[in-house]
Amino acid sequence: MRFLVHVGKYGLLLKKIFSKPEKVKIYYKLVLQEIELLGLNSIGLVIIVSLFSGAVITLQLAYNMDNPFLPDYLVGLGNRDTMLLEFSSTIMALILTGKIGSHISSEIGSMKVTEQIDSLEMMGINSAGYLILPKIIAVMLILPLLTIMSAFLGILGGLIAGPLAGAVTVSDYLDGITYVFNPYYVTFSIIKAFFYAFLISSVPSYFGYHVEGGALEVGKSSTQAVVTTSILILVFDLLLTQILLQ
Amino acid sequence: MIEIQNISKSFGEKKVLDDISTVFQKGQTNLIIGQSGSGKTVLLKSIVGLHEADEGNILYDGRDLLGMNLRDQKTLRREIGMVFQGGALFDSLTVEQNVRFPLDMFTDQTEAEKQDRVDFCLERVNIVDAHHKFPSEISGGMQKRVAIARAIALNPRYLFCDEPNSGLDPLTAIVIDNLINEITKEFDITTIINTHDMNSVMEIGEKILFIHKGKKEWEGSKEDILRTENKPLNEFIFSTKLTQQLKK
Ligand SMILES: Nc1ncnc2c1ncn2[C@@H]1O[C@H](COP(=O)(O)OP(=O)(O)O)[C@@H](O)[C@H]1O
Ligand SMILES: [Mg+2]
Repeated sequence: MRFLVHVGKYGLLLKKIFSKPEKVKIYYKLVLQEIELLGLNSIGLVIIVSLFSGAVITLQLAYNMDNPFLPDYLVGLGNRDTMLLEFSSTIMALILTGKIGSHISSEIGSMKVTEQIDSLEMMGINSAGYLILPKIIAVMLILPLLTIMSAFLGILGGLIAGPLAGAVTVSDYLDGITYVFNPYYVTFSIIKAFFYAFLISSVPSYFGYHVEGGALEVGKSSTQAVVTTSILILVFDLLLTQILLQ
Repeated sequence: MIEIQNISKSFGEKKVLDDISTVFQKGQTNLIIGQSGSGKTVLLKSIVGLHEADEGNILYDGRDLLGMNLRDQKTLRREIGMVFQGGALFDSLTVEQNVRFPLDMFTDQTEAEKQDRVDFCLERVNIVDAHHKFPSEISGGMQKRVAIARAIALNPRYLFCDEPNSGLDPLTAIVIDNLINEITKEFDITTIINTHDMNSVMEIGEKILFIHKGKKEWEGSKEDILRTENKPLNEFIFSTKLTQQLKK
């Protein structure tokens, strides 16, 4: 029952977000600001996490496939497909929910409890559109790019760590990552990234927008936002995989 | 002039405002007083339409807020300046950008015109060298003054202030009170101020509405208030030893 109430209120918020904006010109500037704040500031995290995870996955694949019957190129192949199918989109999205999602919900939440949102409304501004739409657009533009970058870096991480640790040779690894390459996997992860981007930006916005109380409640709702968004990402992962990879 | 007629408002089962009617005249400072939790903020927010009153009429110089469509409401809101309890400055914008914000959103003024207006408003509230600071870098009293500057940027006909001097020291509080009072006279606007501060009442209160447990308990001028026989009002005003001694 509570769940249905949330879904309904979330729907109403979306309607408000996508209603006609006051002054379109101002939105360009806001979107650029959000791209910088939410997107560019996440690049460092994506680089580190992707390189290291790609490296670790490669080493673990190599050690677990230490079997003469398994061809050596499987290590590169395994890392590539893990990166493309699951890591760069879903795992990255979960990690970025912690960063971007909590940022969004605490920013909007603190604006709510300090009456900055009322203040916008009083000026006759559609506060939901003004505050949230630029974030949704920015995250939807930037997350697919981060996803591609993450996949690339993850594969690169394996290429660096595998040969360095003596777990796989450069040529075996390169054979692996080029072996029956299916470009649809890239499309698949980009499609997923679009869905996740919408979730990561809109769900925490919803939680922030409906905070009542003070700083404590802002913190609580931010935690709730991250948990809910993460669960939704996993649900969508399951659905999209089922629909798109049959 | 703002006239409210039979305003009631409940949150769920809880009746917060019960059948309140009164008139707030133009060019004078109208005060709404009452204990914490008596419903002052809800009343103010109902008058401006941030809360939707369950019953009643709210007339802005004859224009009925609750009978309007959304577009007319938005237009009316641009004639309203509001100072929220904590100032509610946008914390990602500088002092100057905060005051500019309504100009950017709602006027087609040139950069120079906007700058003139921003400088005028900030000067009016005696802020001279904090234009490029962020709200978190200035004192509470300054934040309130910037909030007032932002509220008057678009030349409002109506000005609302929710506890404008809460959290300030007594001296700064009086400065803020007098500032609002002067602006009210100078620009001949209808001003409504929420307060629980008796200093404000005695300093600037021309018309005073006393809210008690969501009901209109008393209204009158500051001259009347000292002679009142109303029991809850007496308890509210003379709640401290100092004021009790003054009464004697
Ligand atoms: N959004 C809300 N939902 C439910 N109850 C509220 C809400 N806002 C205010 N109230 C209740 O209304 C009463 C009056 O609050 P308020 O107008 O803020 O008092 P004050 O006179 O201190 O400004 C309080 O009991 C408060 O708990
Ligand atoms: Mg209040």
